[in-house]
Amino acid sequence: MEIKMPYSSSDLDRAEGLEIEALIKASQEPYPDPIAWMEEVRRNILVTTVDSVLNWCRHYSVWPLNLGLACCAFEMIATAVSRFDISRFGMELLRASPRQADLMIVAGTLTWKMAPALKRVYDQMPEPKWVLAMGACAISGGPFYDSYSVVPGVNRIIPVDVYVPGCPPRPEALLHGIIMLHQKIDKDSLLKKR
Amino acid sequence: MTKPLSPQEVARQIREHIPDAVTDFDESAVFARSEALFQVARFLKQNLDLDYLASITAVDFFEHFELIYHLTSITKNHSVILKTRCEKGEKVPSVISLWQGADFQERDIFDLMGIAFVGHPNLKRIFLWDGFKGHPLRKDWSKNAAQD
Repeated sequence: MEIKMPYSSSDLDRAEGLEIEALIKASQEPYPDPIAWMEEVRRNILVTTVDSVLNWCRHYSVWPLNLGLACCAFEMIATAVSRFDISRFGMELLRASPRQADLMIVAGTLTWKMAPALKRVYDQMPEPKWVLAMGACAISGGPFYDSYSVVPGVNRIIPVDVYVPGCPPRPEALLHGIIMLHQKIDKDSLLKKR
Repeated sequence: MTKPLSPQEVARQIREHIPDAVTDFDESAVFARSEALFQVARFLKQNLDLDYLASITAVDFFEHFELIYHLTSITKNHSVILKTRCEKGEKVPSVISLWQGADFQERDIFDLMGIAFVGHPNLKRIFLWDGFKGHPLRKDWSKNAAQD
């Protein structure tokens, strides 16, 4: 059975010829080599704000202080090591020295006897610094709210940026708190009153 | 397993050497008069080889305090529980010269229960800070009363 085509092979040849002729006509000059980006000025200017750059740097390099006061410390350690891996958020190690730390994670119960030490360690941290109150005890004293020896909330001693509730909070909760802190850092500005 | 010595037998031995020191005994412990506590403790250490003081506990019974000494012999592998009663404000002899481990425990009881130990070389608060009012593990202590 013969198939009736809607076009002949000579039609195809004619269409191909027209396309090539058109391409020859359009291709009389070579394209310039793509080297414009190598110009010094164009290569080195990025338009942004000082706030954005600073916040971007701070966002991805918050170093926490290894401040475990009670049982919450174990959840903090679990957050730091490989299973939950705090490094994913640019935090790398928990620093042993307040001089190297930006974030104080108050993990556990703060007693009045410990409070002067906590205050001193906070004062030793360089600016800018943030505080994350981890767990019920750090937030409000928790089950020891009415105790003779426990500070009812670390915000009596130092200003707190993020509160992570739980007794103790799971590592996911602490990581969520850290993400909230990142969002707070992103809104920071040099012009804000401290 | 550490074998608890019979309180009846221990009380009999103490009574033979120190008359009027032991007031009573029950199925678990020997009760000594607080004035004779040091003599009894020294006797137990020297004659029954109770060379280790595991713990001292104080209990508030409102009308009096009770001190509980858990004594263990590491060499003989046996143990004795010694108890003594004292009134509020009464001083109790320290056993620190027999067992060094009594140091912090007696300070702990002094701090939180307010029982003074005679013969302790450094009897001051251990947990709470200087200036804290009262002894918070006493049953009649209250935070509001201490603040007034």
